Amino acid sequence: MNIVVCIKQVPDTKEVRIDPVKGTLIRQGVPSIMNPDDKAALEAALRLKEQFGAKVIALSMGPLQAELVLREAFAMGADEGYLVSDGKFGGADTWATSSTLAAAISKLDYDLILAGRQAIDGDTAQVGPEIAEHLGVPHISYAEEIKVEGREVIVKRQFEDRYQILKAKMPVLVTALSELNQPRYMTPGGIFDAWRNKEIGRWSRDDIPVDDGNIGLKGSPTKVVQTYPKTMKQPGTKIETDVDESVQYIVEKLKEKYIL
Amino acid sequence: MDFNMSKEHLMAKQLFHDFAINEIEPWAEETDENHRFPWETVRKMQSTGFMGIPFPREMGGQGCDTLTYVLAVEEFAKYCGTTAVILSAHTSLAADAIFQNGTPQQKEKFLRPLADGTKLGSFALTEPEAGTDAAGQQTKAVRDGDEWVLNGTKIFITNAEVADIYVVFAMTDKSAGTRGISAFIVEKGTPGFSFGLPEKKMGIRGSSTCELIFENCRIPVNNLLGREGKGFGIAMSTLDGGRIGIGAQALGIAEGALDRTVAYVKERKQFNRPIAGFQNTQFVLAQMKADIESVRYLVYNAALLKDAGKPYSVEAAMAKLKASQVASEVTRQCVQLHGGYGYIQSFQVERMMRDAKITEIYEGTSEVMKMVISGSLLR
Amino acid sequence: MDENVVPSVFVFAEQVDNQITPVSFELLAKARELAAKLECEVVALLLGDKVENLVQPLFSYGANKVILCEDPALAQYRTEPYTHAISTMIRQYKPQIAIFGATSIGRDLAPRIAGRIHTGLTADCTALDIEDETKRFMMTRPAFGGNLMATIVCPEFQPVMATVRPGVIVKRIPDPNASGEVIRFELDFVENDCYTKILDIIKKEASTKHNIQDAKILVAGGRGMKGPEGFEILQELADVLGGEVASSRAAVDAGWQDKARQVGQTGKTVRPNLYIACGISGAIQHMAGMEESDFIIAINSDSTAPIFNIADVGIVGDVFKIVPKLTEAIRKERA
Repeated sequence: MNIVVCIKQVPDTKEVRIDPVKGTLIRQGVPSIMNPDDKAALEAALRLKEQFGAKVIALSMGPLQAELVLREAFAMGADEGYLVSDGKFGGADTWATSSTLAAAISKLDYDLILAGRQAIDGDTAQVGPEIAEHLGVPHISYAEEIKVEGREVIVKRQFEDRYQILKAKMPVLVTALSELNQPRYMTPGGIFDAWRNKEIGRWSRDDIPVDDGNIGLKGSPTKVVQTYPKTMKQPGTKIETDVDESVQYIVEKLKEKYIL
Repeated sequence: MDFNMSKEHLMAKQLFHDFAINEIEPWAEETDENHRFPWETVRKMQSTGFMGIPFPREMGGQGCDTLTYVLAVEEFAKYCGTTAVILSAHTSLAADAIFQNGTPQQKEKFLRPLADGTKLGSFALTEPEAGTDAAGQQTKAVRDGDEWVLNGTKIFITNAEVADIYVVFAMTDKSAGTRGISAFIVEKGTPGFSFGLPEKKMGIRGSSTCELIFENCRIPVNNLLGREGKGFGIAMSTLDGGRIGIGAQALGIAEGALDRTVAYVKERKQFNRPIAGFQNTQFVLAQMKADIESVRYLVYNAALLKDAGKPYSVEAAMAKLKASQVASEVTRQCVQLHGGYGYIQSFQVERMMRDAKITEIYEGTSEVMKMVISGSLLR
Repeated sequence: MDENVVPSVFVFAEQVDNQITPVSFELLAKARELAAKLECEVVALLLGDKVENLVQPLFSYGANKVILCEDPALAQYRTEPYTHAISTMIRQYKPQIAIFGATSIGRDLAPRIAGRIHTGLTADCTALDIEDETKRFMMTRPAFGGNLMATIVCPEFQPVMATVRPGVIVKRIPDPNASGEVIRFELDFVENDCYTKILDIIKKEASTKHNIQDAKILVAGGRGMKGPEGFEILQELADVLGGEVASSRAAVDAGWQDKARQVGQTGKTVRPNLYIACGISGAIQHMAGMEESDFIIAINSDSTAPIFNIADVGIVGDVFKIVPKLTEAIRKERA
């Protein structure tokens, strides 16, 4: 069984802060990490490898420094790693990203594709399903459990109020929730091997069989026209009145915030 | 000369940091308060390969180096001095003594399980009458056929009750002085081997510290580590390596205390402004930072020398001397900058101040470090 | 533009177990606003098996037309048959805009459709608008973990697709007399390898306690709650809001609450949408763990409590009087 795991390097958004004076995003010093949902997908792949024997292939798209997450994948136990990196792929929205990744995956032998449900920098949850659509394979998103039985996968798929137990034929793409598992740590020796004994396959524009119209900024149907920091917190209002008015005031505020 | 860490070392440091945040910090306060050995954390360290970092793959280790091991001890010590010393005593005392001095059979039988994380190690030299004066060993080992018979008591032994494999020193020839000391490997459960009551300590309270008691404890002759009469040399050379670990622990404690204090002085307001705005605060912080960075180079340098196979005994002594002094001074200053909050438990720095003190004492006191350093100067 | 095509805004009317998901009604309200600016109509897409009874509510909440597609293959949500049906509808009716709730169905279905149709899709929008001069469809969404807002357009592809976060749009007041055209959409569903099979459906237990770091709403109590009994009224408030109870260190140390619920420097750092601090004075170490919350309400009898400095809404008063009445008021609102 060959398992391709899609991994994104993301800024650790927990560490992102707003400059209190300028009101802009402070990106400097924000560490880059393996996207948490993707790490759960990788862990799921490694467990399937332990269970059935499989080749785990990590795939990432991004700037050259995204090599770090592939080294991390090696240090956790991935067998192969490929980095799709080219300025021509830059500025891609989810459609162009998924076209590029699908074309990259088409170069590999795969039975199962695992990806995180969503990346913490974009939170879109779109790239996984769109890759599956481009490849013409089924996808199951929001996986909380993944089992393999022969050439079929059985997935516990999370919804707001329920789970579906779904079965699909390989090849299939599954997107993982962080709840799927507790990813293992790298081992120190794994880290040394990852840097000293493993090679990352680097793929640039010419290595990927995809049309120019479907990649990068130009191939992206959506365009960002404006970004701005979330409005800074205003100094709060403090009221001192009787119980009923206090309650009414809170209820109004909750309605304003669409909590009610 | 290259002061830049390699990419693998940087990634390992990140791993140890993440592990410390997720697995060590949440238990640190409780470990200290209840004098409880942090088994949950240690089991995870064992399964993640942390107990055999500098040893070769073929011996069950991770195939990394002393610097990587130092980074682990340092990162762990930023959050919990107890966890750091558990790793240090296991790796650079017990396991390294066997790695450096063991026969191939001994390495297979005893080093492999220590390095692959199935067993925990301990190192027993100190006795009631033999601390700094290690030559005053009272524990005796007498040859009886295919066995050695041990009698005596060791004190202040780290990982005492929790370990599985012990490196124990004993007199095999009292008349020969230091040349009459030999090293042995003793397994937990050997008849005649028992433990005293746990010590109640000022700091590193979660680490298991107590007496090892040997009463006609019989071990196979194959458990003699190194040659008969060579135990003193084994003890001294092993402690040289151990001191790098303690230096790393002291460095980590100081860094951890400074990190917390920097965060605190930005938040804490007096006279309507954060106390970080006062020059006294700024100067104290600056001094601490400079001290910590100077110590870092001493500690890493000793580790690199060991990895390069060069003499490092004096460098390890200097690293431990300075690092432990800086750890004590920095934590004391951090408590002071915290004011009243520094004196209560939940702000962590008081624990760090208590933990720091031991680094000036164990694996050779600061005075012993000065003897080693001056000895090399006046040779 | 094709002459036979009437310009429209498509709204996916998500139904589960023969109940319309509330966000669908919210989408209808927004679609009406957009349609007014574009001078076009609002078309709701209703898919399922035997769901005709759900048509009228869609008109009541603002749909001009309903495309109804009924088939046993659509009885339970599955990605492929739903994608097939809606992609076919889109190809036939060529709407300018198609919006979906950002639910776990909408966020699964919309990207699959966008991939099939080849168009742009913007996820989890919190604001949608039509720019007056250009008539561009402007979609605004949070990014970078909510630190940044981005406004996105899709100039060259149609329909422009978006998923919209539940709870950001106010529903219209329903008009029970509203009516409109129902278009029955007939389609064959031929099983292929992209079809998944549902082996089982397991309902989640309602009472599952969640990690406070995952909770969207936290009701937290401190020393001012005076004892474990005080936390019972907080639990009731948390229950009506669908949130969790959290605690300050003081209440944990006093043994009134679990350590797992402790917020602060030595507890957990939380960032919920709503944090209601009850009887919490606001020690530095507590505030360090919750100051990033989106909206903070503090209720405390001491008007000088530091918690008021970071609260969006500060109520000076007795928590034991205010909280039960607040619970009651919210329960009425929710009814």
